[in-house]
Amino acid sequence: MLNFLARRLASTLPVLLIVSLLVFLMLRLTPGDPAAVLAGDAASTEQIAAIRASLGLDRSIAEQYLIWAGHLLTGDLGQSYYYKTAVTTLIGQRLEPTLSLALITITLAVLVAVPLGVLAAWRFGGWLDKALMGFSVAGFSVPVFVLAYVLIWIVSLKLGWLPVQGYKRLADGAGTWLYHLVLPALTLSVIYIALIARVTRASVLETLGEDYIRTARAKGLPEVKVLMRHALANAAVPIVTVIGIGIALLIGGVVVTESVYAIPGLGRLTVDAVLARDFPTIQGVILLFSFVYVLVNLLVDLSYVFFDPRIRY
Amino acid sequence: MPATDFEKLSVESATVHEQPSAWARVRRNGSVRIGGAVMALLLLIALLAPWMGTVDPSLFDAASRDLLPGQRGEITTLEGETVPHRFLMGSDSFGRDIYSRVIYGTQVSLIVGVCTALLSLAAGIVFGLGAGFFRRLDGPLMRVMDGLMAIPAILIAIALVAMWKGSLLTVVVAIAIPEIPRVTRLVRSLVLTIREEPYVEAAVSLGTPTWKIMGRHILPNTVAPLIVQGTFICASGILTEAILSFLGVGLPPDIPTWGNVMAEGRAQFNEYPHNIFFPGIFLAVTVLAVNILGDGLRDTLDPKMAKRG
Amino acid sequence: MNNDAPILQVEDLTIALPSGGDRATAVRNVSFRVGRGEIVCLVGESGSGKSVIAQGVMGLLPKSLPVQSGRILLQGEDITHAPLSRLRELRATRMSMIFQEPMTALNPVMTCGDQLDEVLREHTRLSPAERRAKVLAIVREVLLPDPERIVASYPHQLSGGQRQRIMIAMALVLDPVLLIADEPTTALDVTTQAQILKLVLDLQHRHGTGVLFITHDFGVVAEIADRVAVLRLGDLVELGPKDDVLRRPQHDYTRMLMAAVPTLRVVERASDPAAPVVLKVQGLQKVYADKRWFGPAREVHAAQDVGFEIRRGQTLGIVGESGSGKSTVARCIVRLIDPSGGSVLLGGDRPGERAEDIARMPAARLRPLRRRVQIVFQDPYRSLNPRRNVADAMVEGPMNYGLGRAEALQRARQLLAMVRLPESALERFPHQFSGGQRQRICIARALMMEPELLVADEAVSALDVSVQAQVLDLFEEIRSRLNLAMLFITHDLRVASQVCDQLVVMSQGRVVESGPAHRVFGAPQHEYTRALFAAAPGKDFAFGVA
Repeated sequence: MLNFLARRLASTLPVLLIVSLLVFLMLRLTPGDPAAVLAGDAASTEQIAAIRASLGLDRSIAEQYLIWAGHLLTGDLGQSYYYKTAVTTLIGQRLEPTLSLALITITLAVLVAVPLGVLAAWRFGGWLDKALMGFSVAGFSVPVFVLAYVLIWIVSLKLGWLPVQGYKRLADGAGTWLYHLVLPALTLSVIYIALIARVTRASVLETLGEDYIRTARAKGLPEVKVLMRHALANAAVPIVTVIGIGIALLIGGVVVTESVYAIPGLGRLTVDAVLARDFPTIQGVILLFSFVYVLVNLLVDLSYVFFDPRIRY
Repeated sequence: MPATDFEKLSVESATVHEQPSAWARVRRNGSVRIGGAVMALLLLIALLAPWMGTVDPSLFDAASRDLLPGQRGEITTLEGETVPHRFLMGSDSFGRDIYSRVIYGTQVSLIVGVCTALLSLAAGIVFGLGAGFFRRLDGPLMRVMDGLMAIPAILIAIALVAMWKGSLLTVVVAIAIPEIPRVTRLVRSLVLTIREEPYVEAAVSLGTPTWKIMGRHILPNTVAPLIVQGTFICASGILTEAILSFLGVGLPPDIPTWGNVMAEGRAQFNEYPHNIFFPGIFLAVTVLAVNILGDGLRDTLDPKMAKRG
Repeated sequence: MNNDAPILQVEDLTIALPSGGDRATAVRNVSFRVGRGEIVCLVGESGSGKSVIAQGVMGLLPKSLPVQSGRILLQGEDITHAPLSRLRELRATRMSMIFQEPMTALNPVMTCGDQLDEVLREHTRLSPAERRAKVLAIVREVLLPDPERIVASYPHQLSGGQRQRIMIAMALVLDPVLLIADEPTTALDVTTQAQILKLVLDLQHRHGTGVLFITHDFGVVAEIADRVAVLRLGDLVELGPKDDVLRRPQHDYTRMLMAAVPTLRVVERASDPAAPVVLKVQGLQKVYADKRWFGPAREVHAAQDVGFEIRRGQTLGIVGESGSGKSTVARCIVRLIDPSGGSVLLGGDRPGERAEDIARMPAARLRPLRRRVQIVFQDPYRSLNPRRNVADAMVEGPMNYGLGRAEALQRARQLLAMVRLPESALERFPHQFSGGQRQRICIARALMMEPELLVADEAVSALDVSVQAQVLDLFEEIRSRLNLAMLFITHDLRVASQVCDQLVVMSQGRVVESGPAHRVFGAPQHEYTRALFAAAPGKDFAFGVA
């Protein structure tokens, strides 16, 4: 087990390193000069040169990277060109809405998708199975923002049950907080549910085809026990894996969802930063999302220790 | 005992039967048929766009702004003439015909989808073969791919398009790049598995050089899973392009794409939802069709992939 | 209840197959009985339907394989169409089943103890303490050492033989009257198989259980059966006491099968001691190192200090169980893997010829020498590229060395005739052939290179008995006609006894004994060899001889 843990941790570090390298390179390969952009159209060459020096853009690429990485390690993500504050401050301000949305979505999705997937696999070929597979493909295909508008149209504008847009802080009361997050979470969760349900179903189906299921039936166990004690326990690993991998989809969806529902979170920050060509902020947000993704998946991998005794011993 | 007696009585000689060819199975599959039919229809629409009762999508008329679907109004042609026109899907806030923009948008979506798929497949095959065959390349290459996959695809695409300025080329490249790691992984794992197969080992012992083994034994057996993967990348590409345009970081607004139409219609969604709904329906149906096609292809061509998830 | 009443009665059973298959029924009008304390072997080749019958009795068949007609009676009760609830009551309490693959038949995430306990919890009202006592008792009865530790272990921590004992324990803990065993020893080594067979016999004897034993191995049948039922493509062709069926078979098919089973008696074969040495292996070594973060690197010596020589026109057999290293040696010789040490010398015994050591030769120099050593693999279904037709498969080798396509095809036609396949086979694709036919194509493909040494790596292990006999005959014929040297790897002693002149016995990477086959078989010296031969099932049985 120690070997597994060690190996897993060791392979995370190079990935984080490469992520930082990629993010750094991505934004350094811009055509055009960020210093000129910042200086504005009327600036003189001296002013542009001064800005370039202050941003450290006159040094070699390798030096720039090392300096930048050094800042990273101390938690300094630089200064936003646009908002003129530290990127970390910006992120701190926008963190709560995104986190709230993400957590509610994940909880909702897992609670709905896993049981549905299990049931669909159990009643393979039945109406639930076919309905679920249909829903799954649709959920994958209908874009998040189209779905968002459809839901807004029906639920908010026509029925008036839920607010159209906006976000209320948790500090202002859990009721309103939830009230404003229901529709966005519902929208975002659809694609996540589609993915998890599909993989759950596939995993349980594959497990149900294994030899030990036949043995369990041959022992005279009722189907429910066969499903719970034998199938699910073995199907857990792929399901947990996909919950981790699906976070990437979630992040992508967050960007769009916050845009449609006017939620002042990190997703909105990303879009705004991109439109303003605010490189430090773009870098900071992308780094944050990527690191979170890597860490979540690391935790998922480490959790295998609980699910699979073959790793423990 | 003479061998002929074995052959006469042996069970094996009695039980060989033919299987239908892969192509026949593909053609018979329901999902392939439905998905394929819709795709064919869309392709037709894309090709026949100028003749489908459309006008040039950039044409507008200030007098015909925000018309509801089905209403009649006027449109100013390139020559300066003002002609009566029925706005089947309504008009946007500039007075442009949504119907024309949506129909022409089909062209863009299909081009983006197919080009993205082809580009990422090509790059993925090269990297995947490299990683699968050259052990020294494998480690570092897959690490880079892991790193690339760790960054959510949308963010990469957004960042790249932001840097390079939206044009068809940059959008296609920006959407293709995040898809490359998955293709690379697929090709690499296929190479590694197929290399273990006895028929590849037989080729080695028969003295077949490595490059011939690659081309003759390994690549042909990767075609099916890659077709399936390519179909899914196409769907993803169409979707991503729409999202980018919707957010304002995709193709320039003068090119009519579904995402752009929706982006422009956002502000008036409350009163004039048709700006969003019509392109949205087309988008959803297209992506759905491609995904269904992909599912069908996967079930017939590569059932093992279904397990790989 | 009358003690003479049969435990199991199968009457006129017909089970349908889904439409579009080879035939309409999996089994047709099959009838037999299993009495108290009796072992009935259901034997047949692939596709005979024997497994379908076994699972049908337990009610484990999927809906796509329904019972069309006939009856299944367990202790007089008709369970053919019994409701699932009744079947569940009967399972493990009155009838139990053990399966073929012990690796996959146990739940990997539950301890062995829990899986045993489950049976008791489901069917009895015993307290936890009583259940534990019973579990430990049955684990002891199946002769597993250190029951406390075994009960707390997970399946992956046990060996294949130990896992099968757990399966047997699970099946017999509630003392059922019928045990159905579906090829339980097929996936096990010869020595482990012998132990498990003995265990089954002992337990069955002690408890008076009726046993329905499914197998394709006639040695096993000879070892344990009381009565034998022979199945062919779903039909029961012969049924009777063991001696009758195996020594005086009535039906043509059974007679053919008896003739196909290789005997364990080796006749001394004429061999030319002056024949030139084609292959000489000395001190061959293959080490796999598993570098770990914690603890020292784990080294596995797959082959250690292996040496032997093969002369022209001779067949040398390497026998051993799994993990013995025999396949590793074969693959080192053909240079599909690289040896860690030692030498593999080709030729050099004829005047003017130099021996070439191919053990560590770099790839470029190796290429021209590859044609001299060719290999036939175990799995005929994976040895041919499914996308290339037979002609392409066969000409690939010679064309690599400069032969033109037309000439290569000409040679291919001759070789196809030698392996008794029609010329039309050239146009066809692998999926159009049966396993035995595919293996012949692979043999022909190897011979296209005109090798000096042909390596057969378990080349007949995946084939049915009758097909195996054909292919073995073919190997013999080829060897004598072309005066080839052959290296025959196998775990099956009967096969080895039929084809080998010289024999090498391997265990755990080392050669434990070697010499002329008739001497090693007749008078084995090493303790391991003796144990190996003693474990061969039905070794003293003469098939087809009244």
